[in-house]
Amino acid sequence: MSINKKSPWVLHYDATSCNGCDIEVLASFSPVHDLERFGVVNTGDPRHADILLITGSVNRQSIPVVKQLYEQMPDPKVVVAVGICATSGGIFKDCYNVVGGVDKVLPVDVYVPGCAARPQAIIDGILKAASILEEKEKALKER
Amino acid sequence: MSVIKVILIIILTPLAGGLLVGFDRVISARMQGRQGPPILQPFYDVLKLISKETIEVNRFHRFYVYLSLMFIILTAVVMFSGGDILLAIFILSLGAMFFTLGGYASWSPYSVVGAERELLQMMAYEPMMFIVAAGLYYVSNSFFVSDIISQSKPAIVYLPVVFVGFIYILPFKLRKSPFDLSVSEEANQEVVQGISTEYSGRALAVIEVTHWYETMIALGFVFVFFAADNKISHLIAVLMCLVVYMFEIILDNSTVRVKWQKALSSAWIVSGILGIVNLTVLSFFNF
Amino acid sequence: MELIVLLILFPLLISVLVFFIKNEKIRNAIMRCGAVVTAVLTLVTAVLYFKDGIMISFGRSEVIDVCMLIVEIGLAAYIILTGFKEKKYLLSLFSFVQIVMIVWFELSEKREIEVQNYIVLDKLSGIMMLIVGIIGSLICIYAVGYMKSYHIHHKEVKERKSFFFAVVFVFLSAMFGLVLSNNLLWIYFCWEITTFCSYLLIGYTQTDEAKHNALLALVINVGGGLSFAAAIVILGTKLHTLELSVLTSMEPGFYVLVCVFLLCIAALTKSAQFPFSSWLLGAMVAPTPSSALLHSATMVKAGVYLIIRLSPLLGVTVAGRVMTLIGAVTFLGCSLLAITPHDAKKVLAYSTIANLGLIVMCASVGTQESLWAAILLLIFHAVSKSLMFLTVGSIENVIGSRNIEDMNVLMQVSKGLSISLIIGICGMFLAPFGMLISKWVAMKSFIDSKNILIVVILAYGSAATMFYWGKWLGKLNCNRKPKGYEKQMELRNDEKAPIFFLAVIVLLSCLGYPLASKYAIVPFLVSKFGTPPVIPIGTGDQTLMVLMIFMVSMLILVPMGHVPTGLFPKRRETPIYMAGENSGDDQHFIGSFGIERKSDLSNWYMEEVLNVKKITFWCNTASAVLICAGIILLIGRWGM
Repeated sequence: MSINKKSPWVLHYDATSCNGCDIEVLASFSPVHDLERFGVVNTGDPRHADILLITGSVNRQSIPVVKQLYEQMPDPKVVVAVGICATSGGIFKDCYNVVGGVDKVLPVDVYVPGCAARPQAIIDGILKAASILEEKEKALKER
Repeated sequence: MSVIKVILIIILTPLAGGLLVGFDRVISARMQGRQGPPILQPFYDVLKLISKETIEVNRFHRFYVYLSLMFIILTAVVMFSGGDILLAIFILSLGAMFFTLGGYASWSPYSVVGAERELLQMMAYEPMMFIVAAGLYYVSNSFFVSDIISQSKPAIVYLPVVFVGFIYILPFKLRKSPFDLSVSEEANQEVVQGISTEYSGRALAVIEVTHWYETMIALGFVFVFFAADNKISHLIAVLMCLVVYMFEIILDNSTVRVKWQKALSSAWIVSGILGIVNLTVLSFFNF
Repeated sequence: MELIVLLILFPLLISVLVFFIKNEKIRNAIMRCGAVVTAVLTLVTAVLYFKDGIMISFGRSEVIDVCMLIVEIGLAAYIILTGFKEKKYLLSLFSFVQIVMIVWFELSEKREIEVQNYIVLDKLSGIMMLIVGIIGSLICIYAVGYMKSYHIHHKEVKERKSFFFAVVFVFLSAMFGLVLSNNLLWIYFCWEITTFCSYLLIGYTQTDEAKHNALLALVINVGGGLSFAAAIVILGTKLHTLELSVLTSMEPGFYVLVCVFLLCIAALTKSAQFPFSSWLLGAMVAPTPSSALLHSATMVKAGVYLIIRLSPLLGVTVAGRVMTLIGAVTFLGCSLLAITPHDAKKVLAYSTIANLGLIVMCASVGTQESLWAAILLLIFHAVSKSLMFLTVGSIENVIGSRNIEDMNVLMQVSKGLSISLIIGICGMFLAPFGMLISKWVAMKSFIDSKNILIVVILAYGSAATMFYWGKWLGKLNCNRKPKGYEKQMELRNDEKAPIFFLAVIVLLSCLGYPLASKYAIVPFLVSKFGTPPVIPIGTGDQTLMVLMIFMVSMLILVPMGHVPTGLFPKRRETPIYMAGENSGDDQHFIGSFGIERKSDLSNWYMEEVLNVKKITFWCNTASAVLICAGIILLIGRWGM
């Protein structure tokens, strides 16, 4: 097992979500679900993070911010779209300012659907992201 | 002081420090009703950080972090090989100063605020460190750690009040609540990550390792208070170090961060009063 | 012997030449030559006489004494008249009483006193002489370039450069006389001349503020001179000697202690300790060369020099204890106050007073170790502080501001200046530079002397010191790229060379202090204490040297971190983290409503926590109380 899988650090960004998925993400860190037992740390700094957790249907004003945060993250990095809004726009898909999902802005690796996504699903998504991280790191090393 | 001893100190100290930090996280988690990460998690973190890309803000700020690590290692070597404790304090402050300068060098809002707070923390705990060194000198007539720990009675017998003062400022050094103003382990809601905001990859790994060394050095001071010339006292001293660390973990989980004005003024008042009281009483015993 | 006389009188010659020659090119050339020759003379004298020292007696000194008396009366007349003109009657009173005492003394009692050694050049005066000669000369060369830029910047100030330079050289001459004399009357004469030079230089710009501050300096220093004169009178009439060396070898009887106390008061005024420190803060309006020369490196050192000389009679006596505590109060108070100002020169002024307080503390404790620390502190402070003043002066010319907040562009504007300033600041407080060694030894000697209060005060003062230097250092390390920033003025060669030399001297002195210790300070201490020297640093010197070399080499690498080399692989550069709202240039971010805002970062000045007026008030009160307590204890002793 590679090291990256053991210590995936997460940056959680709310791109105009209704906060439902955000609360669930924070609940995943709380005692009942406890993400920290997998070594996950919720940092607030893109430079420290491996995984970018994005919730919310991205609107036009968040596009530069999301891009900037993604750029400020060091390689290898993984993007996880949490909630159906981040996956495809959800019920806000037809709004005039909504782009319709994070993958219109960034390359997404893991989709966690749900409205709001359950903590169990979020944990599953993050662990999948950790494995993808491991693969990316191996690919980076071979280069 | 043989080369082997120095190398052993340099290698074993961060390993022990990392284990302690790991224990800290597990115990904090259990206190919060969670399971917590595996004990070796800090090592996994550092290894992962080393393998990440290092991005930077400008050419200069990563340099300070490496310098800071070198000086902290120097402090650990000086202290654990029985050298001069005052020199150790000075080199430690030099290392901390470099870390702070690194925070300034990136000139990003969060790191500058973190750097200012770090300077404030240094100003808050320095007097007590000097008073501790002065007290230890009074008791054993030498600044050398090797002399201090080979006295007939451990220093705590003569310096109990100074020890209490030292415990008061220990959260500053260990970066725990209520005095974790500048760089803390948990996501700091006020200053993001403080000084370490603009660091990533290897530089961040170095910061983490520096923190392990600092933890061990702080506990080393606790050890010096309790060690005397018989071997049992050394065991008791190690035990007391663990007890103190447990106490700090409990304190960390049960207190909140204070404002900087309160941190500075309370640290200075406590250091001053406790230091003067203990040392004055000591001087009546005519060492 | 002639060499010493030449050394003292040569700057006077240069002063006269510089004053009368109006052609700027010739005058500048004379100044540079004069400065270089002074430095060379100092070095030669040091090399020749340092090892064995020399004591000189003058057979027929009446001519010199009469000349001195005439000059003193002239000065006093001028000062009394100025006092009346400016309505500072206290000034006139001080000066009047002073001159009456001295004249009476000269004409009556003095004839019966025989003075053996007029001039004494031992290791301590050798060290002071080197400081005055070398640093003074470098500052004179710097002044040539600086004053030119100064007058371009400050067109409202009347150009009296020849006057300025002349006064500076007279001052150098007086300082040489002060540190080399053993006859207290001669020291007093030089003391008064330095006071007067300081008054002239502070008032150089002739603004209202300058005039006010100059008069403040004059009042306080003349008050100190009055104390000095009283000491001389008592010494001459009751103890029948005029020599400093004789005084310091006497038993601490009542009159001896009174003289020492009065001399210490004079030293306190000269070195701007509390409660007499307001004049030094006001003296910062003077142009930088005078701040560097008088108010940091040399003149204020005259006061602590006197205290170091008197140290055998301090220690556990009344005067000693009072001085130790006053030094402690000053050190702590000014270290805290130095956190508050934005103006770089004010920070330097407070720091100077604080360090002088530390030297006073060490010298007054009176043990061998503490004296070692005091002398070493003196040397290191002189070199580092003068470097910093010169650099700050040039910085003011180059970026147009003395405010520390504006210095974050410095690294990009002028690397040389910013590195010199960094070296100066590091010299003041970081290991392994000498100030730290001295503080270390000072701490040890304070603990040995069982005086707990000063140990604690040293701890607090050092902590505060770290804070204000640290934040200034951080500001300088900023690496902010100024956009559209234009240099106000280029640095002249006259400014660059002394700064460079002083920076080298700071670095060398930190490596070379063991040599200074072995060949100068320790022999001096042996001659004073008679016992074999206690090795001041408690560790095995070898380990220490290895550590020192390691640390210095590390620190020299710090500026190299700013030199772009191809060694480190190119890393990906990203803008700084501003919560994702960085607008791209690291200086602006996109705020609410999409408006771009500038991000401004400034240091902490803690003005609410550290109320300047309150702290100054309490420190002044504390020191005044201490002085009164000293007087009362002395009187009590007389009663016994």
